[in-house]
Amino acid sequence: MSTTSDARIVVTGLGATTPLGGTVESTWDALLRGTPGAKTLTQEWVGQYELPVRFAASLATPASEVLKKVELRRQDPCAQYALIASREAWADAGTPEIEPDRLAVAVGSGIGGVTTLIQAWDDLREKGPRRVFPLTVPMLLANSPTGAVAIELGARAGGHTPVSACASGAEAIASAITTLRSGRADMVVAGGTEAAIHPVCIGGFAAMQALSTRNDDPATASRPYDVGRDGFVMGEGAAIVVLETYEHAVARGAKIYAELRSAGLSNDAYHAAAPEPEGIGASAAIREALQRGDIDVSDVVHLNAHATSTPVGDIAECKAIHAAFGDRVDGIAVSATKSLTGHLLGAAGALEAIFTIKAIETRTAPAQINLEEKDPAIDLDIVHGQPRTLPDGDIVALDNSFGFGGCNVALAFASV
Amino acid sequence: MAQSQEEILAGLADIINEETGLEQEAVQLDKTFTEDLDIDSLSMMTIVVNAEEKFGVRIPDEQVKNLQTVRDAVDFIHGAQD
Repeated sequence: MSTTSDARIVVTGLGATTPLGGTVESTWDALLRGTPGAKTLTQEWVGQYELPVRFAASLATPASEVLKKVELRRQDPCAQYALIASREAWADAGTPEIEPDRLAVAVGSGIGGVTTLIQAWDDLREKGPRRVFPLTVPMLLANSPTGAVAIELGARAGGHTPVSACASGAEAIASAITTLRSGRADMVVAGGTEAAIHPVCIGGFAAMQALSTRNDDPATASRPYDVGRDGFVMGEGAAIVVLETYEHAVARGAKIYAELRSAGLSNDAYHAAAPEPEGIGASAAIREALQRGDIDVSDVVHLNAHATSTPVGDIAECKAIHAAFGDRVDGIAVSATKSLTGHLLGAAGALEAIFTIKAIETRTAPAQINLEEKDPAIDLDIVHGQPRTLPDGDIVALDNSFGFGGCNVALAFASV
Repeated sequence: MAQSQEEILAGLADIINEETGLEQEAVQLDKTFTEDLDIDSLSMMTIVVNAEEKFGVRIPDEQVKNLQTVRDAVDFIHGAQD
């Protein structure tokens, strides 16, 4: 099937396993109900290492309840989650018949197989080299989820793994635009995955004071834009979308959720972890998405913000949104869904892309929780308390994702 | 303390089930690891190491390629336990 450089791209399948639910439907329902995913961790290591942060947003449905024993044994958790989400997304897309050479995969991960790597190090030191699991290397690679999904679906048109910290999932979806418009594939299974609720990761993020330490009340710890915010809440999971050219989707009679209109990417070139405080790079990404998608800012009615609940990051993003939209910022319903899901790191951008798509489909912007006293430095129309109904007609919604290393990605979705 | 060949077969079937998901009943003496049981070389190494631990024997790397059938493995382990 021929494609052109300006081919329309649509979303035809959704899949996720998250701290709110084991599927997209259960996740979306919990999101609209305002039921947060953060809970006190019960693993032995929490007390053993006296970690300063003792809670996280773990999967609502553990992978062990979904996958076969062999899959659990031969895949790092980050690949396990990607498999669960991609199976749901592929089934949701109608289990399409497609030539293997026309199907590609792009699954990003921020951290990759950290559990596998550290387990192997423990085995090496405690039991010797013969006890290092022979699949250690393929399991710890950041592209192991991409490989697992490609094998699962028989996707031979390419396997891509953007690694851009907490923007990885969004960048994977952005990369699918290039893959589809170049004509290299007719469909791309794209998204992000992360499984980093591990003492080393919690210890590392805590050491840089990036995590909330609200140990006594995990459900209220993720509070973007609130004056009491003190860091993000670690989450985990995977989110996958099925993307294809409009032509291909129509030809096979697929259900179309929304159009993936465009993406913008930039880098702060500023600091290893801290965002550039004026949001210059982030606003450039948003503006690029608007420009490439030929989007009139007055059509943008909703934005799923990166909004991790860190003191510095939320303000920088707010400035970026103002810089990109100017006077039109008041017409945009901003949702900070990490207040409920926690921060899924490399999967966050993909999960929030699904929320953005669902918002367009159902005309409902999800409400954030834990906004008790808004930071006076934040001047945005934040959806909180109750979900908000979005207007009928043609609408556009954006999904912002930013990552350590200065990575900025903005995705623009439109109603079809 | 040597185990019977039946005990070794059952123990080996448990290890293979754990590693590959194959039902224990499928692990029979005349089956080949590669062709019949579809066990790749990476899985085979894990099975060997787990068998060493379970049966208290050492299976040298150069010996592994000689273990073509389940019977080869059971016989080797049985002999090594004596």
